[in-house]
Amino acid sequence: MRALTWHGTHDVRVDSVPDPEIVNPRDAVIKVTSTAICGSDLHLYDGVIPGMQSGDVLGHEFMGEVVETGSKSTLKKGQRVVIPFTISCGSCFFCEKQQYSACDNSNPVAKQDASEALYGHAMSGLFGYSHLTGGYAGGQAEYVRVPFSDVGPLVVPDHLEDDKVLFLTDILPTGWMAADNADIEPEDTVAVWGCGPVGLFAVQSALLMGAHKVIAIDHYPHRLELAKKLGAETIDFQKTDVREALMEMTGGIGPDAVIDAVGMESHGFGVQNVFDSAKQKVGIGADRPDALRQAILACRKGGRVSMPGVYGGLVDKFPLGALMEKGLQLRTGQTHVQRYIKDLMDRIEKGEIDTTFLISHHLPLEEAPTGYKNFSEKQNEWTKVVLRPGQ
Amino acid sequence: MDERERPIDPAGTYGRPGRSAMPARGGGVPSRSHDDGSHGSSRDLQIAAALVLGGAVGTIFGAKALRERRTGHPDDDAPMTAARRQGGDFDLVGRSVTINKPRAELYAFWRDFSNLPQVMENVERIEPKGAKINNWVIDAPAGRTVNVVTETVDDVKDERIGWRSTPDSDIQTHGHVTFRDAPGGRGTYVDLVIAYDPPLGEMGRLAAKLFQREPEIQARRDLKRFKMLMETGEVATSRNRKAS
Ligand SMILES: NC(=O)c1ccc[n+]([C@@H]2O[C@H](COP(=O)([O-])OP(=O)(O)OC[C@H]3O[C@@H](n4cnc5c(N)ncnc54)[C@H](O)[C@@H]3O)[C@@H](O)[C@H]2O)c1
Ligand SMILES: [Zn+2]
Ligand SMILES: [Zn+2]
Repeated sequence: MRALTWHGTHDVRVDSVPDPEIVNPRDAVIKVTSTAICGSDLHLYDGVIPGMQSGDVLGHEFMGEVVETGSKSTLKKGQRVVIPFTISCGSCFFCEKQQYSACDNSNPVAKQDASEALYGHAMSGLFGYSHLTGGYAGGQAEYVRVPFSDVGPLVVPDHLEDDKVLFLTDILPTGWMAADNADIEPEDTVAVWGCGPVGLFAVQSALLMGAHKVIAIDHYPHRLELAKKLGAETIDFQKTDVREALMEMTGGIGPDAVIDAVGMESHGFGVQNVFDSAKQKVGIGADRPDALRQAILACRKGGRVSMPGVYGGLVDKFPLGALMEKGLQLRTGQTHVQRYIKDLMDRIEKGEIDTTFLISHHLPLEEAPTGYKNFSEKQNEWTKVVLRPGQ
Repeated sequence: MDERERPIDPAGTYGRPGRSAMPARGGGVPSRSHDDGSHGSSRDLQIAAALVLGGAVGTIFGAKALRERRTGHPDDDAPMTAARRQGGDFDLVGRSVTINKPRAELYAFWRDFSNLPQVMENVERIEPKGAKINNWVIDAPAGRTVNVVTETVDDVKDERIGWRSTPDSDIQTHGHVTFRDAPGGRGTYVDLVIAYDPPLGEMGRLAAKLFQREPEIQARRDLKRFKMLMETGEVATSRNRKAS
């Protein structure tokens, strides 16, 4: 089959690789109809996530048709399914608590050593996201082997086309969990850093959860415009002093909750971010948390910090004092997709949530490298790329 | 018995502990496909397992004596397998894992030794030779296998199983596994302890040095595979195709 493979920093190619098969009884094999490039893939593309190997198949946002099932799969051939990017067994302590992205049993045993050393505990398995999370072949491919197919995949009704449900795999639940983790109360003001897909869905979710006002922060005019269309007020951090603006827009209180939907590759022109950038480039394991620093400083006393943005290593100049002295709450994590996916599909079906506004480009799988390049370099216009294998 | 202390084994299940591991081999059940070992090649592991098993049984130590000898200060509540290394002349492998299943189910699986190759990487098969006697066929380097005959010397239903090799085995080993209820309905704490002497001879010493950490890694991985199999019915792998 054809698949998008990683070969190094800014080097991804569409190669021919062996087709997947059923390996374990609970597996299914999916023929991919749509698959997206995620901001998380850009961290791999930029080479800032450890544990990648040349030839790894990328992609964790995918859906398609069931073409093969293992003896313990509950799926049937021909069903259309969306696949959560988190691989979860459904029966361990964590899965039972609906902390699916902490599943104990989805990262192959020999792969667990690295994250156990790095983070103190082994991470769960994720599709197409380095060998720290299992080295599973990802979904930017014609076919994918899906483990625990009796737990993760959600069957979607035929009348909902791919573009409407594809983002149930990751970014919609991620934006939703970001808002959920912010414990939004009815008259709250919520500030969201980053108007990429995750930030935009966080804006949408926060408003649906009853926030009084959502303030979205980025520096790309088109992305800010999308946030505005969803109902947010906006701040362009290139033109405006963000903290100053947030204080003035909240009567001197500061936002009740702040959401970092930027992650480890924050853009910024401050001195500290330049240092962070240099350290990240020479690979000494430092992340660039500029947006997170701003968010913590801006958050009101006793407020909530929600951090869906991905970090992989260590950070410098983390405002720990501000976090403590202001009594803030910090919540984060890879998304527990399976916890939210059913409810979110119902909301899509009822027309409460639309996700199609986000898609700027459809490309055949063969043009995936172009998609990566532009999603990375022309972020203003390229807001989300959907790949269609077999076209 | 103080649960926090490793039991002092009445039947003398532990010999003098040395460096070694669960012998192990790939059994992704039921596919028997294994994850693609990111830590050392499976060949390295096989060599290590075979070599570390080459020790001889020595003096019998109780847990407390062992801990004192290892750490010099016996009195905290941590299991002795967590003691910081003091450069002593023997080593002990021990690991704990929590499995979301009742004790009885886990005990029953382990009690039938022929099940264990499903989770132990270098064990080819285990053949029962009588009520308490089992013959372990373990992969060794250069396509060879070694045989270890164990006798079950400690067996308390739903609580613990202990075994030791018989003198006529190719190599010598001792081990035990215990099952305790975990609090809060989390299932069962499973503790595995294996003891060995370092292997004899110049080659053995060299190899033991090279592969010193492997036994611990093996024990941890074997227990995790056991957990996966019991909780999910299979052993996770990121392989995309059946092993040929
Ligand atoms: N927690 C999860 O499970 C999960 C899931 C998906 C994505 N993510 C992470 O969420 C983050 C965002 O993903 P995405 O797909 O939206 O990525 P993206 O790269 O498309 O968007 C990031 C946006 O942040 C903006 N930005 C950069 N620096 C900023 C700053 N200092 N202040 C304000 N805005 C700034 C960029 O201009 C860009 O528009 C990434 O870190 C991604 O890895 C996490
Ligand atoms: Zn994603
Ligand atoms: Zn699980």
